[in-house]
Amino acid sequence: MTLVDVITGVFLFLGCFFIIVAAVGVVRFPDIYSRVHPAGKGDTLGQALILVGLLIYSGMSFIALKIVLIIGFIAIANPTASHAVVRAAYAAGVKPWEKGDKRQ
Amino acid sequence: MSHLVTFILMFGFWIALSGYFDPFHIVSGIVCSLIVTWLSHDLLVPKGTDIKIEAGRVVRFMLYLPWLLKEIFFANLWVAFRVLHPRMPIDPRLIEVKTDIATDLGIVTFAHSVTLTPGTVTIAAGKDGSFLIHAISEQAAATLLNGELARRVKAIEGTDV
Repeated sequence: MTLVDVITGVFLFLGCFFIIVAAVGVVRFPDIYSRVHPAGKGDTLGQALILVGLLIYSGMSFIALKIVLIIGFIAIANPTASHAVVRAAYAAGVKPWEKGDKRQ
Repeated sequence: MSHLVTFILMFGFWIALSGYFDPFHIVSGIVCSLIVTWLSHDLLVPKGTDIKIEAGRVVRFMLYLPWLLKEIFFANLWVAFRVLHPRMPIDPRLIEVKTDIATDLGIVTFAHSVTLTPGTVTIAAGKDGSFLIHAISEQAAATLLNGELARRVKAIEGTDV
């Protein structure tokens, strides 16, 4: 096991951790607005960490450049998708959950 | 000018994705980039754009990215704490934020940064710089309302709006 393997492993572990936490959050949180918080943030950082791990593993090449582009595009697309989901919910008149309400 | 900028970006993108440097691939790349440039140069660089001002904004946007990455990392720790906490300490609310951000780049940057920083998600973004935001706790709402993010995005826009 080389140093590169270890660093890659750490990044992959952290990325998987944040994506799993995001999934748990989507299940636990009470309504659509608060569910978007873990989904939008967790996936953005999770995928970035996983791809950075792969970047370190692949070394300097055209593959590395493509991975950087993928990270950038997902980092733009993910918040846009979250925004589209909550905007649609707001336009449809979904009331935000407040402290003390029942879960939706 | 808009033709040249679009062509350079498109051809650079072709090179990055293809990775071949023999004459066939280079010539195909030039032909495809020219077609895309001819069709859509006014999408990337709209009429009446001052290239110098836009270039300055792109550079300042790059300088803003490290701070944003740091914020994204802490946002995730913050959300992870609330997700995994047994009692789930959240107290969501909607807030209105008025800013003096005026350019498209500024509005998009602000809306994205709000979504990616701790505890806030943009619901609606208006052309006049007003935003409707869902904050997951009182503390998150207060952090956003103190206006540091708006100041940083305003600094990207620069003085010539």
